[in-house]
Amino acid sequence: MLYREAGQFKSTYAEDMQIFPIRQDRVAVAVLLAVAFVVVPLVATQYWFSALLIPFLIFSLATLGLNILTGYAGQISLGTAAFMGIGAFMAYNAELRLPWMPFLGSFAIGGLCAALVGIAFGLPSLRIKGFYLAVATLACQFLVLWTINRVPWITNHSASGVIAAQKMEMFGYAFDTPASKYLLTLTIVALMALAAKNLVRSETGRAFMAVRDMDVAAEVIGIPMMKTKLLAFAISSFYCGVAGALYAFCYLGTVEPEAFVLDISFRVLFMVIIGGVGSILGSFLGAGFITLLPIFLNLGSDFIAKTFDIEISHAVVSNLESITFGGLIIFFLIVEPNGLARLWQIAKEKLRLWPFPH
Amino acid sequence: MTFFIEVVAGGLLAGVMYSLVALGFVLIYKASGVFNFAQGAMVFLAALTFVSLLEMNWNFWVALAVTLVVMVAVGVLTERIVLRPLVNQPPITLFMATIGLTFVLEGLSQLVWGSQPHGLELGIADVPMEWLSQKWNINISKFDLFAAAVAGVLVGTLAVFFQKTRIGRALRAVADDHQAALAVGISLQHIWAIVWAVAGFVALVAGMMWGVRNGVQYALTFTALKALPVLILGGFESVPGAIIGGLIIGASEKLAEVYLGPYVGGGIESWFAYVIALLFLLVRPQGLFGEKIIDRV
Repeated sequence: MLYREAGQFKSTYAEDMQIFPIRQDRVAVAVLLAVAFVVVPLVATQYWFSALLIPFLIFSLATLGLNILTGYAGQISLGTAAFMGIGAFMAYNAELRLPWMPFLGSFAIGGLCAALVGIAFGLPSLRIKGFYLAVATLACQFLVLWTINRVPWITNHSASGVIAAQKMEMFGYAFDTPASKYLLTLTIVALMALAAKNLVRSETGRAFMAVRDMDVAAEVIGIPMMKTKLLAFAISSFYCGVAGALYAFCYLGTVEPEAFVLDISFRVLFMVIIGGVGSILGSFLGAGFITLLPIFLNLGSDFIAKTFDIEISHAVVSNLESITFGGLIIFFLIVEPNGLARLWQIAKEKLRLWPFPH
Repeated sequence: MTFFIEVVAGGLLAGVMYSLVALGFVLIYKASGVFNFAQGAMVFLAALTFVSLLEMNWNFWVALAVTLVVMVAVGVLTERIVLRPLVNQPPITLFMATIGLTFVLEGLSQLVWGSQPHGLELGIADVPMEWLSQKWNINISKFDLFAAAVAGVLVGTLAVFFQKTRIGRALRAVADDHQAALAVGISLQHIWAIVWAVAGFVALVAGMMWGVRNGVQYALTFTALKALPVLILGGFESVPGAIIGGLIIGASEKLAEVYLGPYVGGGIESWFAYVIALLFLLVRPQGLFGEKIIDRV
């Protein structure tokens, strides 16, 4: 009843083509952004920022990147963490060796380097598909980690391999409090999400989806395979690179290879699956779900331990987390293979008709 | 020269261990078309159950039998809970489901048996064979040869199983064409349960071998990742391909580590197999023995 778009007429082409054609959607997004930018910094605690919100935003960005590649262009990639790592290390190096560059530029350089490596490791996608491509990207993952460990230039000849990330400063204002880091991350993620949303509505996005659905047919109607697939890898790796740079600078505070292991690649893949393959909103939903799940499990087990007065060891909690993760993935794949985004769409459909059932 | 032979022999035998894990993948892929990422977790579960039962002072053969029953149960339950609702979904969905299964099995194994590493002794010591090392100065571990022999026996048993028994023929029929197999009255559900159970048995053998070599610990789950290049080399559906792919990967990995490693700082083993697989993929995407994928528009 509230969600009806009856009476909302469009009088210009621009209105017809806007991202949120329904007024209620526009209002909702405006409110969400207002809450995120204004209300949250006022009410949230340090813990909320550094443990929940910042990783949620960073992983949403990485999930966006992987969604562009896997969900929209159909190329499976297990090398997300490697691209994030490249972004982080190259951003660190840019900050270090180009002192005149503002740190946002360093992030962009990190993303561009990740994009270049993404193109290099996307070359096999021109010949192979499916699981084989996943294995090729696994090769990328291991190769990149090995390179970071072995080439001393990347870690600035650091002995331990763990480097402290530099401070971020812009026009004299230092981003060192969790609240300021949160706002910085939020701005970057919001802008890149907008870019992604527009990308998938554009001709490039449609080319990606054509390649995903049936690449032979796409080639037949004239979509250039090499350009499209490599562009998908490049854009996706750019997003993952920026996410990696944010991960190192805004969340961890250090730049180390151990933060970008295969486990992270799998987590981002799970976020894509649970959130919804091929959906921008799904990236956020999936990232939120997976980032918050361990925290809720912890809280839940603490609660149970207090109520029933039993000792639950850390190992048990982390194993239960594993089981729940895996179980949820299987559950989602069986019940709703299109993820949380599809559930949200169904909810909106029902909202349109409420209070009527059909 | 003897050092070279030693490296090659060591590599070949390491490759045999990879093939053991790859065999499980191939079996499941052949029969149900699912790429079972959870094979590594099954290896871990099998090894951990076996070793924990041994440490509770159970008889060796009883522990083996009980572990086998556990693996068969895992296989049947997987088919029931995970595969049956996902019939006819695209392969990527099934792949993701097996990744989920990996997490479940890993968590379950460690929840039940704990997460400390265990050593495993099968009675064959990991020492070089004396007469080889004394006569020709070549050190080849006795245990490696034992593992190779076990793998040979396993492959032989599987070959006999597939060729001579009725169930084996049904498995091959299902691997060829699901619908045709249904048409002649083969129950897909039963066959899939059997295949997963057999893969569980292979996982148990692989787990025992790897457990002696590396200890039974969480890192055992990563053997699955090592088996992926083997599968690519050999083709996803071929048992001889898994063996030969394993031998090639094992030998070239060791040779690269020994002869190329010093030039680039060492530690090549982590990615060299993948690079070989990648090069292979670019030249022959279906692997040495795999079926050529022909896309028709």
